[in-house]
Amino acid sequence: MPANRFNGFTDYGIGIGLRAPHYHHILTRKPVCDWFEIISENFMIDGGRPLRVLDSILEQYKVVQHGVSMYFGSAEKPNREHLRRLKELVKRTKTPWVSDHLCWGSVDGRYTHDLLPMPYTFEAARLTAQKVREVRDFLEVPVAVENVSSYAEFHVSEMSEWEFLNEVVERADCGILLDVNNIYVSSQNHSFDPFTYVNSVPAERVAQIHIAGHSKYRKYILDTHDHPVIDPVWKLYQRAIQRVGHTATLLEWDDSIPSFQEVHNEALKANRFLSSTLLATAV
Amino acid sequence: MKLLKLQRTMARAVMQPLTPSERMQRKAPDGKSMREYAGRFIKPNDRLTSFERLEIYNRQYWLRLFSSMIEDFPGLRSVLGGRRFDAMCKAYLVDCPSKSFTLRNLGSQLESWLGKHPQWAGSRQALALDIVRLEWAEIEAFDGKAEVALRPEDLNTLDSSSLRLELQPYIRLLSLHYPVDDLLLEVRKDDTDTDFASNTFQERRKRKRVQAVAKLKPADIFLAVHRFDDSVYFRRIEPEEFSILSGLRKGKPLDQAIETALRKTSIPLEERPAAVQGWFQNWAALGWFCKPDKKAAIP
Repeated sequence: MPANRFNGFTDYGIGIGLRAPHYHHILTRKPVCDWFEIISENFMIDGGRPLRVLDSILEQYKVVQHGVSMYFGSAEKPNREHLRRLKELVKRTKTPWVSDHLCWGSVDGRYTHDLLPMPYTFEAARLTAQKVREVRDFLEVPVAVENVSSYAEFHVSEMSEWEFLNEVVERADCGILLDVNNIYVSSQNHSFDPFTYVNSVPAERVAQIHIAGHSKYRKYILDTHDHPVIDPVWKLYQRAIQRVGHTATLLEWDDSIPSFQEVHNEALKANRFLSSTLLATAV
Repeated sequence: MKLLKLQRTMARAVMQPLTPSERMQRKAPDGKSMREYAGRFIKPNDRLTSFERLEIYNRQYWLRLFSSMIEDFPGLRSVLGGRRFDAMCKAYLVDCPSKSFTLRNLGSQLESWLGKHPQWAGSRQALALDIVRLEWAEIEAFDGKAEVALRPEDLNTLDSSSLRLELQPYIRLLSLHYPVDDLLLEVRKDDTDTDFASNTFQERRKRKRVQAVAKLKPADIFLAVHRFDDSVYFRRIEPEEFSILSGLRKGKPLDQAIETALRKTSIPLEERPAAVQGWFQNWAALGWFCKPDKKAAIP
Protein backbone atom coordinates (compact mmCIF):
# COMPACT_ATOMS: atom_id res chain seq x y z
CA MET A 1 0.00 0.00 0.00
CA PRO A 2 1.27 3.51 -0.68
CA ALA A 3 1.15 4.57 2.94
CA ASN A 4 0.30 2.28 5.78
CA ARG A 5 1.05 1.71 9.43
CA PHE A 6 3.96 -0.54 8.51
CA ASN A 7 5.89 2.20 6.75
CA GLY A 8 4.96 4.98 9.11
CA PHE A 9 2.24 6.25 6.73
CA THR A 10 4.88 7.55 4.36
CA ASP A 11 4.63 7.65 0.60
CA TYR A 12 8.20 7.23 -0.57
CA GLY A 13 9.03 6.72 -4.22
CA ILE A 14 12.08 5.04 -5.71
CA GLY A 15 15.30 4.88 -3.76
CA ILE A 16 18.68 3.22 -3.91
CA GLY A 17 21.04 1.82 -1.30
CA LEU A 18 23.49 4.37 0.09
CA ARG A 19 26.93 2.94 -0.66
CA ALA A 20 30.43 4.35 -0.02
CA PRO A 21 31.51 4.63 -3.70
CA HIS A 22 28.64 7.11 -4.23
CA TYR A 23 29.25 9.31 -1.18
CA HIS A 24 31.31 11.89 -3.03
CA HIS A 25 28.87 12.17 -5.95
CA ILE A 26 25.88 12.55 -3.64
CA LEU A 27 27.51 15.10 -1.36
CA THR A 28 28.96 17.24 -4.13
CA ARG A 29 26.37 16.93 -6.92
CA LYS A 30 23.29 16.55 -4.71
CA PRO A 31 21.41 14.46 -7.29
CA VAL A 32 17.65 14.13 -7.10
CA CYS A 33 16.77 10.84 -5.44
CA ASP A 34 13.54 10.08 -3.58
CA TRP A 35 15.27 8.31 -0.69
CA PHE A 36 18.21 6.24 0.41
CA GLU A 37 18.31 2.99 2.28
CA ILE A 38 21.23 2.54 4.66
CA ILE A 39 22.62 -0.67 6.09
CA SER A 40 22.09 0.04 9.78
CA GLU A 41 25.13 -1.90 10.97
CA ASN A 42 27.47 0.34 8.94
CA PHE A 43 26.41 3.30 11.05
CA MET A 44 26.00 1.69 14.49
CA ILE A 45 29.35 3.12 15.50
CA ASP A 46 30.58 5.78 17.90
CA GLY A 47 31.89 8.42 15.48
CA GLY A 48 33.98 9.22 12.47
CA ARG A 49 33.40 9.71 8.79
CA PRO A 50 30.46 7.34 8.27
CA LEU A 51 28.32 9.26 10.76
CA ARG A 52 29.46 12.60 9.39
CA VAL A 53 28.43 11.52 5.88
CA LEU A 54 25.14 10.18 7.18
CA ASP A 55 24.35 13.48 8.89
CA SER A 56 25.02 15.38 5.66
CA ILE A 57 22.77 12.99 3.74
CA LEU A 58 20.06 13.34 6.37
CA GLU A 59 20.05 17.10 5.90
CA GLN A 60 18.92 16.68 2.31
CA TYR A 61 17.40 13.26 1.78
CA LYS A 62 14.96 10.83 3.28
CA VAL A 63 16.69 7.78 4.76
CA VAL A 64 15.33 4.38 5.77
CA GLN A 65 17.23 1.84 7.85
CA HIS A 66 17.72 -1.72 6.71
CA GLY A 67 19.55 -4.23 8.90
CA VAL A 68 21.44 -7.40 8.12
CA SER A 69 22.13 -9.01 11.48
CA MET A 70 19.12 -8.82 13.78
CA TYR A 71 18.38 -12.43 12.87
CA PHE A 72 14.73 -12.49 13.86
CA GLY A 73 14.75 -16.23 13.29
CA SER A 74 17.68 -17.13 15.53
CA ALA A 75 16.57 -19.17 18.53
CA GLU A 76 18.25 -16.84 20.98
CA LYS A 77 17.34 -13.54 22.58
CA PRO A 78 18.13 -10.32 20.70
CA ASN A 79 21.60 -8.96 21.43
CA ARG A 80 21.10 -6.04 23.84
CA GLU A 81 24.12 -4.10 22.60
CA HIS A 82 22.84 -4.44 19.05
CA LEU A 83 19.41 -3.17 20.07
CA ARG A 84 20.86 -0.25 22.02
CA ARG A 85 23.00 0.89 19.11
CA LEU A 86 20.18 0.37 16.64
CA LYS A 87 17.84 2.52 18.70
CA GLU A 88 20.47 5.25 18.92
CA LEU A 89 20.66 5.22 15.13
CA VAL A 90 16.88 5.23 14.78
CA LYS A 91 16.81 8.43 16.84
CA ARG A 92 19.47 9.94 14.61
CA THR A 93 17.90 9.07 11.25
CA LYS A 94 14.24 9.32 12.30
CA THR A 95 13.61 6.43 9.96
CA PRO A 96 9.87 5.88 9.49
CA TRP A 97 10.36 2.11 9.66
CA VAL A 98 13.19 -0.38 10.05
CA SER A 99 13.59 -3.62 8.20
CA ASP A 100 15.66 -6.76 8.57
CA HIS A 101 15.55 -10.28 7.25
CA LEU A 102 13.33 -13.24 7.95
CA CYS A 103 16.25 -15.54 8.59
CA TRP A 104 18.70 -16.65 11.22
CA GLY A 105 22.47 -16.27 11.37
CA SER A 106 23.70 -16.62 14.93
CA VAL A 107 23.53 -19.35 17.51
CA ASP A 108 24.96 -19.51 21.04
CA GLY A 109 26.32 -16.00 20.55
CA ARG A 110 28.35 -16.91 17.46
CA TYR A 111 27.64 -15.01 14.26
CA THR A 112 27.86 -16.42 10.74
CA HIS A 113 27.24 -13.01 9.11
CA ASP A 114 25.04 -14.75 6.59
CA LEU A 115 21.28 -14.82 5.98
CA LEU A 116 20.57 -18.47 6.74
CA PRO A 117 17.21 -19.97 5.74
CA MET A 118 14.46 -20.73 8.21
CA PRO A 119 12.83 -24.09 8.70
CA TYR A 120 9.17 -23.36 7.94
CA THR A 121 7.71 -24.74 11.16
CA PHE A 122 5.07 -23.39 13.52
CA GLU A 123 7.61 -23.37 16.35
CA ALA A 124 9.98 -21.21 14.29
CA ALA A 125 7.13 -18.88 13.27
CA ARG A 126 6.10 -18.42 16.90
CA LEU A 127 9.62 -17.70 18.15
CA THR A 128 10.41 -15.41 15.23
CA ALA A 129 7.21 -13.41 15.66
CA GLN A 130 7.93 -13.02 19.36
CA LYS A 131 11.36 -11.62 18.57
CA VAL A 132 9.99 -9.22 15.96
CA ARG A 133 7.56 -7.91 18.57
CA GLU A 134 10.33 -7.50 21.15
CA VAL A 135 12.49 -5.57 18.71
CA ARG A 136 9.63 -3.35 17.56
CA ASP A 137 8.59 -2.58 21.13
CA PHE A 138 12.14 -1.66 22.04
CA LEU A 139 12.78 0.48 18.96
CA GLU A 140 9.34 2.11 18.95
CA VAL A 141 9.17 2.19 15.15
CA PRO A 142 7.34 -0.11 12.72
CA VAL A 143 9.29 -3.19 11.69
CA ALA A 144 9.17 -4.91 8.30
CA VAL A 145 10.63 -8.36 7.67
CA GLU A 146 12.24 -9.23 4.36
CA ASN A 147 12.03 -12.60 2.63
CA VAL A 148 15.53 -13.88 1.79
CA SER A 149 17.03 -15.82 -1.09
CA SER A 150 17.73 -19.38 -0.08
CA TYR A 151 19.69 -22.34 -1.36
CA ALA A 152 18.50 -25.07 1.00
CA GLU A 153 15.23 -26.46 2.34
CA PHE A 154 14.70 -28.48 5.51
CA HIS A 155 13.04 -31.82 6.10
CA VAL A 156 11.25 -30.41 9.16
CA SER A 157 9.40 -27.68 7.23
CA GLU A 158 5.64 -27.86 7.70
CA MET A 159 4.57 -25.22 5.18
CA SER A 160 5.70 -23.24 2.14
CA GLU A 161 7.89 -20.15 2.48
CA TRP A 162 5.02 -17.77 1.75
CA GLU A 163 2.80 -19.52 4.29
CA PHE A 164 5.60 -19.16 6.82
CA LEU A 165 5.99 -15.45 6.00
CA ASN A 166 2.26 -14.95 6.46
CA GLU A 167 2.30 -16.88 9.73
CA VAL A 168 5.12 -14.73 11.12
CA VAL A 169 3.76 -11.34 10.07
CA GLU A 170 0.25 -12.12 11.31
CA ARG A 171 1.56 -13.32 14.68
CA ALA A 172 3.96 -10.37 14.99
CA ASP A 173 1.54 -7.89 13.41
CA CYS A 174 4.42 -6.43 11.44
CA GLY A 175 5.11 -5.27 7.92
CA ILE A 176 6.75 -6.98 4.96
CA LEU A 177 9.70 -5.84 2.93
CA LEU A 178 8.88 -7.80 -0.19
CA ASP A 179 12.03 -8.64 -2.14
CA VAL A 180 10.86 -9.78 -5.56
CA ASN A 181 14.38 -10.69 -6.65
CA ASN A 182 14.71 -12.99 -3.64
CA ILE A 183 11.38 -14.59 -4.53
CA TYR A 184 12.66 -15.18 -8.05
CA VAL A 185 16.01 -16.60 -6.86
CA SER A 186 14.35 -18.97 -4.39
CA SER A 187 11.71 -20.02 -6.93
CA GLN A 188 14.46 -21.12 -9.30
CA ASN A 189 16.43 -22.85 -6.54
CA HIS A 190 13.40 -24.66 -5.12
CA SER A 191 11.23 -25.04 -8.22
CA PHE A 192 8.08 -23.16 -7.27
CA ASP A 193 5.99 -20.61 -9.13
CA PRO A 194 7.12 -17.14 -8.00
CA PHE A 195 3.73 -15.66 -8.87
CA THR A 196 2.06 -18.00 -6.37
CA TYR A 197 4.32 -16.43 -3.74
CA VAL A 198 3.58 -12.84 -4.78
CA ASN A 199 -0.14 -13.57 -4.99
CA SER A 200 -0.15 -15.05 -1.49
CA VAL A 201 1.44 -12.15 0.34
CA PRO A 202 -0.96 -10.04 2.44
CA ALA A 203 -0.87 -6.86 0.33
CA GLU A 204 -1.95 -4.58 3.16
CA ARG A 205 1.23 -5.43 5.11
CA VAL A 206 3.76 -4.58 2.41
CA ALA A 207 5.78 -1.60 3.62
CA GLN A 208 8.45 -1.61 0.94
CA ILE A 209 9.71 -3.55 -2.09
CA HIS A 210 13.27 -4.54 -2.98
CA ILE A 211 14.51 -5.17 -6.49
CA ALA A 212 18.00 -6.38 -7.41
CA GLY A 213 20.13 -8.42 -9.78
CA HIS A 214 21.62 -11.85 -9.19
CA SER A 215 24.09 -14.37 -10.63
CA LYS A 216 23.13 -17.56 -12.39
CA TYR A 217 25.23 -20.68 -11.96
CA ARG A 218 24.80 -24.06 -13.59
CA LYS A 219 22.72 -25.62 -10.84
CA TYR A 220 21.50 -22.68 -8.78
CA ILE A 221 21.15 -18.90 -8.60
CA LEU A 222 22.97 -16.72 -6.09
CA ASP A 223 21.64 -13.45 -4.77
CA THR A 224 24.68 -11.29 -5.48
CA HIS A 225 23.26 -7.77 -6.04
CA ASP A 226 25.83 -7.12 -8.73
CA HIS A 227 23.78 -6.97 -11.93
CA PRO A 228 20.85 -5.06 -13.39
CA VAL A 229 17.36 -6.39 -12.68
CA ILE A 230 16.31 -9.06 -15.18
CA ASP A 231 12.96 -9.10 -16.98
CA PRO A 232 11.36 -11.97 -15.02
CA VAL A 233 12.04 -10.02 -11.82
CA TRP A 234 10.48 -6.87 -13.33
CA LYS A 235 7.40 -8.98 -14.18
CA LEU A 236 7.18 -10.09 -10.56
CA TYR A 237 7.58 -6.48 -9.51
CA GLN A 238 4.77 -5.48 -11.85
CA ARG A 239 2.51 -8.11 -10.33
CA ALA A 240 3.45 -7.03 -6.81
CA ILE A 241 2.69 -3.41 -7.62
CA GLN A 242 -0.68 -4.41 -9.13
CA ARG A 243 -1.52 -6.05 -5.83
CA VAL A 244 -0.05 -3.65 -3.28
CA GLY A 245 -0.18 -0.31 -5.10
CA HIS A 246 2.37 2.48 -5.40
CA THR A 247 4.89 1.30 -2.79
CA ALA A 248 8.31 2.52 -1.68
CA THR A 249 10.75 0.68 -3.94
CA LEU A 250 14.47 0.24 -3.56
CA LEU A 251 17.16 -1.11 -5.86
CA GLU A 252 19.98 -2.97 -4.10
CA TRP A 253 23.40 -2.97 -5.78
CA ASP A 254 26.17 -4.07 -3.44
CA ASP A 255 28.99 -5.52 -5.50
CA SER A 256 30.78 -4.30 -8.66
CA ILE A 257 28.93 -1.06 -8.01
CA PRO A 258 28.63 1.16 -11.11
CA SER A 259 28.24 4.94 -11.07
CA PHE A 260 25.50 6.60 -9.07
CA GLN A 261 23.71 7.55 -12.28
CA GLU A 262 23.75 4.01 -13.61
CA VAL A 263 22.37 2.56 -10.39
CA HIS A 264 19.76 5.29 -10.10
CA ASN A 265 18.67 4.89 -13.73
CA GLU A 266 18.23 1.16 -13.18
CA ALA A 267 16.07 1.89 -10.14
CA LEU A 268 14.00 4.44 -12.04
CA LYS A 269 12.90 1.73 -14.48
CA ALA A 270 10.43 0.86 -11.73
CA ASN A 271 8.54 4.01 -12.76
CA ARG A 272 7.15 2.15 -15.79
CA PHE A 273 5.14 0.00 -13.43
CA LEU A 274 4.46 2.51 -10.69
CA SER A 275 2.98 5.06 -13.10
CA SER A 276 0.69 2.47 -14.67
CA THR A 277 -0.59 1.63 -11.19
CA LEU A 278 -1.23 5.30 -10.53
CA LEU A 279 -3.15 5.57 -13.82
CA ALA A 280 -5.22 2.52 -12.99
CA THR A 281 -6.04 4.01 -9.59
CA ALA A 282 -7.02 7.32 -11.20
CA VAL A 283 -9.30 5.59 -13.72
CA MET B 1 14.17 -31.33 14.96
CA LYS B 2 13.63 -28.29 17.18
CA LEU B 3 14.74 -24.85 15.97
CA LEU B 4 17.70 -24.47 18.32
CA LYS B 5 19.02 -27.95 17.61
CA LEU B 6 18.68 -27.44 13.86
CA GLN B 7 20.48 -24.12 14.02
CA ARG B 8 23.32 -25.58 16.09
CA THR B 9 23.62 -28.51 13.70
CA MET B 10 23.74 -26.29 10.63
CA ALA B 11 26.05 -23.68 12.17
CA ARG B 12 28.60 -26.34 13.13
CA ALA B 13 28.78 -27.47 9.52
CA VAL B 14 28.74 -23.96 8.05
CA MET B 15 31.56 -22.82 10.33
CA GLN B 16 33.73 -25.88 9.73
CA PRO B 17 36.80 -24.92 7.65
CA LEU B 18 36.88 -25.64 3.93
CA THR B 19 39.34 -28.04 2.31
CA PRO B 20 42.43 -26.58 0.61
CA SER B 21 40.47 -26.61 -2.67
CA GLU B 22 37.76 -24.52 -1.00
CA ARG B 23 35.17 -27.29 -0.83
CA MET B 24 33.18 -28.58 2.12
CA GLN B 25 34.94 -31.25 4.15
CA ARG B 26 33.86 -34.87 3.67
CA LYS B 27 33.93 -35.41 7.40
CA ALA B 28 31.21 -33.78 9.52
CA PRO B 29 31.78 -32.03 12.86
CA ASP B 30 30.61 -35.22 14.63
CA GLY B 31 33.30 -37.25 12.85
CA LYS B 32 30.82 -39.04 10.60
CA SER B 33 30.19 -38.56 6.89
CA MET B 34 29.17 -35.02 5.94
CA ARG B 35 26.82 -36.46 3.29
CA GLU B 36 24.94 -38.31 5.99
CA TYR B 37 25.12 -35.26 8.35
CA ALA B 38 23.68 -32.88 5.73
CA GLY B 39 21.06 -35.39 4.66
CA ARG B 40 19.71 -35.51 8.20
CA PHE B 41 18.30 -31.97 8.01
CA ILE B 42 18.60 -30.64 4.44
CA LYS B 43 16.44 -31.84 1.57
CA PRO B 44 18.11 -32.58 -1.76
CA ASN B 45 16.47 -31.31 -4.95
CA ASP B 46 16.56 -32.40 -8.59
CA ARG B 47 19.93 -30.63 -9.15
CA LEU B 48 21.75 -30.58 -5.83
CA THR B 49 22.36 -33.09 -3.07
CA SER B 50 21.92 -32.12 0.58
CA PHE B 51 25.71 -31.95 0.79
CA GLU B 52 25.94 -29.53 -2.15
CA ARG B 53 23.20 -27.27 -0.77
CA LEU B 54 24.90 -27.07 2.61
CA GLU B 55 28.23 -26.48 0.89
CA ILE B 56 26.92 -23.23 -0.65
CA TYR B 57 26.52 -21.80 2.85
CA ASN B 58 29.80 -23.27 4.09
CA ARG B 59 31.70 -21.60 1.26
CA GLN B 60 29.86 -18.29 1.61
CA TYR B 61 30.73 -18.17 5.31
CA TRP B 62 34.46 -18.60 4.76
CA LEU B 63 34.67 -16.39 1.69
CA ARG B 64 32.90 -13.57 3.50
CA LEU B 65 35.09 -13.82 6.60
CA PHE B 66 38.29 -14.16 4.61
CA SER B 67 37.53 -11.08 2.54
CA SER B 68 36.82 -9.14 5.71
CA MET B 69 40.17 -10.21 7.20
CA ILE B 70 42.02 -9.38 3.98
CA GLU B 71 40.41 -5.94 3.93
CA ASP B 72 41.23 -5.25 7.58
CA PHE B 73 44.76 -6.69 7.75
CA PRO B 74 46.58 -6.12 4.43
CA GLY B 75 49.78 -5.35 6.33
CA LEU B 76 49.79 -8.64 8.22
CA ARG B 77 49.04 -10.39 4.93
CA SER B 78 52.13 -8.89 3.37
CA VAL B 79 54.24 -9.90 6.39
CA LEU B 80 53.03 -13.50 6.42
CA GLY B 81 52.44 -13.98 2.70
CA GLY B 82 49.07 -14.78 1.14
CA ARG B 83 48.94 -18.54 1.78
CA ARG B 84 50.17 -18.38 5.35
CA PHE B 85 47.80 -15.50 6.07
CA ASP B 86 44.86 -17.55 4.77
CA ALA B 87 45.87 -20.55 6.90
CA MET B 88 46.33 -18.33 9.94
CA CYS B 89 42.90 -16.72 9.41
CA LYS B 90 41.32 -20.14 9.25
CA ALA B 91 42.92 -21.15 12.56
CA TYR B 92 42.07 -17.80 14.17
CA LEU B 93 38.44 -17.90 13.10
CA VAL B 94 38.04 -21.46 14.34
CA ASP B 95 39.37 -20.41 17.76
CA CYS B 96 37.72 -16.97 17.81
CA PRO B 97 34.50 -17.06 15.79
CA SER B 98 32.66 -13.76 15.48
CA LYS B 99 30.72 -12.85 18.59
CA SER B 100 29.63 -9.48 17.32
CA PHE B 101 26.75 -8.40 15.09
CA THR B 102 29.24 -6.51 12.94
CA LEU B 103 32.19 -7.77 10.91
CA ARG B 104 34.01 -4.63 12.00
CA ASN B 105 34.96 -6.49 15.19
CA LEU B 106 36.16 -9.69 13.50
CA GLY B 107 39.84 -8.97 14.19
CA SER B 108 39.40 -7.71 17.74
CA GLN B 109 41.09 -10.81 19.26
CA LEU B 110 43.79 -11.19 16.64
CA GLU B 111 46.64 -9.55 18.53
CA SER B 112 46.18 -11.61 21.69
CA TRP B 113 45.52 -14.80 19.69
CA LEU B 114 48.60 -14.30 17.54
CA GLY B 115 50.65 -13.69 20.67
CA LYS B 116 49.65 -17.12 21.92
CA HIS B 117 50.28 -18.80 18.56
CA PRO B 118 53.76 -17.71 17.48
CA GLN B 119 54.07 -20.54 14.96
CA TRP B 120 52.20 -18.50 12.35
CA ALA B 121 54.73 -15.71 12.15
CA GLY B 122 57.82 -17.64 13.24
CA SER B 123 60.87 -15.39 13.26
CA ARG B 124 58.69 -12.44 12.29
CA GLN B 125 56.49 -12.67 15.36
CA ALA B 126 57.42 -9.24 16.76
CA LEU B 127 56.86 -7.63 13.37
CA ALA B 128 53.55 -9.45 12.89
CA LEU B 129 52.31 -8.36 16.32
CA ASP B 130 53.30 -4.76 15.64
CA ILE B 131 51.47 -4.59 12.34
CA VAL B 132 48.34 -6.20 13.80
CA ARG B 133 48.35 -3.66 16.60
CA LEU B 134 48.64 -0.84 14.10
CA GLU B 135 45.91 -2.19 11.82
CA TRP B 136 43.51 -2.75 14.70
CA ALA B 137 44.30 0.72 16.09
CA GLU B 138 43.42 2.17 12.70
CA ILE B 139 40.03 0.46 12.74
CA GLU B 140 39.32 1.82 16.20
CA ALA B 141 40.54 5.32 15.38
CA PHE B 142 38.40 5.42 12.22
CA ASP B 143 35.03 5.18 13.95
CA GLY B 144 35.83 5.76 17.63
CA LYS B 145 33.94 8.30 19.69
CA ALA B 146 34.93 11.98 19.62
CA GLU B 147 34.17 14.46 22.36
CA VAL B 148 34.09 18.23 22.06
CA ALA B 149 37.73 19.22 21.68
CA LEU B 150 39.73 21.55 23.83
CA ARG B 151 41.03 24.48 21.74
CA PRO B 152 44.69 25.58 21.85
CA GLU B 153 43.65 28.91 23.42
CA ASP B 154 41.87 27.04 26.22
CA LEU B 155 45.24 25.65 27.38
CA ASN B 156 46.28 29.01 28.80
CA THR B 157 43.22 29.19 31.02
CA LEU B 158 43.78 25.83 32.70
CA ASP B 159 45.32 25.34 36.12
CA SER B 160 47.82 22.57 35.49
CA SER B 161 48.56 21.56 39.09
CA SER B 162 45.72 19.07 39.54
CA LEU B 163 44.21 19.05 36.07
CA ARG B 164 43.31 15.73 34.52
CA LEU B 165 43.17 16.16 30.77
CA GLU B 166 41.29 13.50 28.90
CA LEU B 167 42.42 12.23 25.53
CA GLN B 168 39.90 11.81 22.74
CA PRO B 169 38.52 8.26 22.94
CA TYR B 170 39.40 7.55 19.30
CA ILE B 171 43.16 8.10 19.77
CA ARG B 172 45.33 4.99 20.05
CA LEU B 173 48.88 5.17 21.41
CA LEU B 174 51.34 2.52 20.30
CA SER B 175 54.85 1.63 21.34
CA LEU B 176 56.27 -0.53 18.55
CA HIS B 177 59.50 -2.33 17.74
CA TYR B 178 59.29 -1.94 13.96
CA PRO B 179 58.48 1.06 11.73
CA VAL B 180 55.31 -0.65 10.56
CA ASP B 181 53.63 2.65 9.75
CA ASP B 182 55.95 2.98 6.74
CA LEU B 183 55.30 -0.61 5.76
CA LEU B 184 51.54 -0.25 5.91
CA LEU B 185 51.59 2.94 3.85
CA GLU B 186 53.72 1.10 1.28
CA VAL B 187 51.25 -1.79 1.15
CA ARG B 188 48.35 0.62 0.76
CA LYS B 189 50.10 2.47 -2.04
CA ASP B 190 50.48 -0.80 -3.90
CA ASP B 191 46.88 -1.83 -3.39
CA THR B 192 45.42 1.35 -4.83
CA ASP B 193 47.06 0.67 -8.19
CA THR B 194 46.24 -2.98 -8.61
CA ASP B 195 42.59 -2.81 -9.69
CA PHE B 196 43.33 -2.57 -13.38
CA ALA B 197 46.85 -3.94 -13.32
CA SER B 198 48.15 -6.77 -15.47
CA ASN B 199 49.44 -10.02 -13.97
CA THR B 200 53.03 -9.00 -14.68
CA PHE B 201 52.47 -5.66 -12.99
CA GLN B 202 50.90 -7.34 -9.97
CA GLU B 203 53.77 -9.83 -9.73
CA ARG B 204 56.24 -6.97 -9.73
CA ARG B 205 54.21 -5.24 -7.01
CA LYS B 206 54.17 -8.42 -4.97
CA ARG B 207 57.93 -8.78 -5.25
CA LYS B 208 58.34 -5.18 -4.19
CA ARG B 209 56.14 -5.75 -1.18
CA VAL B 210 58.06 -8.86 -0.16
CA GLN B 211 61.27 -6.84 -0.43
CA ALA B 212 59.79 -4.06 1.68
CA VAL B 213 58.96 -6.55 4.42
CA ALA B 214 62.33 -8.29 4.16
CA LYS B 215 64.35 -5.11 4.48
CA LEU B 216 62.37 -3.70 7.38
CA LYS B 217 64.80 -3.42 10.28
CA PRO B 218 63.75 -3.23 13.92
CA ALA B 219 63.51 0.31 15.29
CA ASP B 220 61.57 1.39 18.34
CA ILE B 221 58.93 3.93 17.42
CA PHE B 222 56.03 5.60 19.19
CA LEU B 223 52.84 6.34 17.32
CA ALA B 224 49.63 8.19 17.93
CA VAL B 225 46.95 6.82 15.61
CA HIS B 226 44.48 9.65 15.35
CA ARG B 227 41.80 11.24 13.23
CA PHE B 228 41.75 14.62 11.58
CA ASP B 229 38.96 15.77 9.27
CA ASP B 230 37.62 12.21 9.48
CA SER B 231 40.78 10.68 8.02
CA VAL B 232 43.05 8.44 10.09
CA TYR B 233 46.74 9.37 10.41
CA PHE B 234 49.77 7.71 11.98
CA ARG B 235 51.79 10.36 13.79
CA ARG B 236 55.24 9.52 15.08
CA ILE B 237 55.81 10.98 18.51
CA GLU B 238 58.77 11.28 20.87
CA PRO B 239 59.09 8.80 23.78
CA GLU B 240 58.38 11.67 26.19
CA GLU B 241 55.20 12.56 24.28
CA PHE B 242 54.13 8.93 24.39
CA SER B 243 54.74 8.83 28.12
CA ILE B 244 52.76 12.02 28.84
CA LEU B 245 49.85 10.98 26.65
CA SER B 246 49.80 7.47 28.11
CA GLY B 247 49.82 8.95 31.61
CA LEU B 248 46.89 11.19 30.77
CA ARG B 249 45.00 8.28 29.25
CA LYS B 250 45.48 6.39 32.52
CA GLY B 251 43.96 9.32 34.39
CA LYS B 252 47.12 10.80 35.88
CA PRO B 253 47.01 14.51 36.76
CA LEU B 254 48.79 16.66 34.20
CA ASP B 255 51.75 17.59 36.41
CA GLN B 256 52.40 13.97 37.37
CA ALA B 257 52.19 12.81 33.76
CA ILE B 258 54.73 15.42 32.70
CA GLU B 259 57.03 14.74 35.64
CA THR B 260 57.09 11.00 34.99
CA ALA B 261 57.76 11.52 31.31
CA LEU B 262 60.69 13.85 31.86
CA ARG B 263 62.35 11.77 34.56
CA LYS B 264 64.64 9.93 32.15
CA THR B 265 64.64 12.35 29.25
CA SER B 266 67.76 13.40 27.39
CA ILE B 267 66.25 16.80 26.59
CA PRO B 268 68.41 19.50 28.25
CA LEU B 269 66.75 21.02 31.31
CA GLU B 270 66.50 24.51 29.83
CA GLU B 271 64.76 23.23 26.70
CA ARG B 272 62.11 21.21 28.49
CA PRO B 273 59.49 23.93 29.13
CA ALA B 274 59.47 24.95 25.50
CA ALA B 275 59.34 21.34 24.34
CA VAL B 276 56.40 20.50 26.59
CA GLN B 277 54.57 23.66 25.61
CA GLY B 278 55.11 22.91 21.94
CA TRP B 279 53.78 19.37 22.30
CA PHE B 280 50.64 20.54 24.06
CA GLN B 281 50.04 23.23 21.46
CA ASN B 282 50.31 20.63 18.71
CA TRP B 283 48.07 18.13 20.43
CA ALA B 284 45.46 20.76 21.17
CA ALA B 285 45.62 22.01 17.58
CA LEU B 286 44.92 18.46 16.43
CA GLY B 287 41.96 18.29 18.82
CA TRP B 288 43.42 15.45 20.88
CA PHE B 289 42.05 16.64 24.22
CA CYS B 290 38.46 16.62 25.34
CA LYS B 291 37.14 19.85 26.75
CA PRO B 292 37.14 19.38 30.56
CA ASP B 293 33.83 19.10 32.40
CA LYS B 294 31.53 20.13 29.61
CA LYS B 295 31.90 16.97 27.60
CA ALA B 296 29.39 16.37 24.86
CA ALA B 297 29.54 13.72 22.20
CA ILE B 298 29.89 14.83 18.63
CA PRO B 299 29.81 12.61 15.57
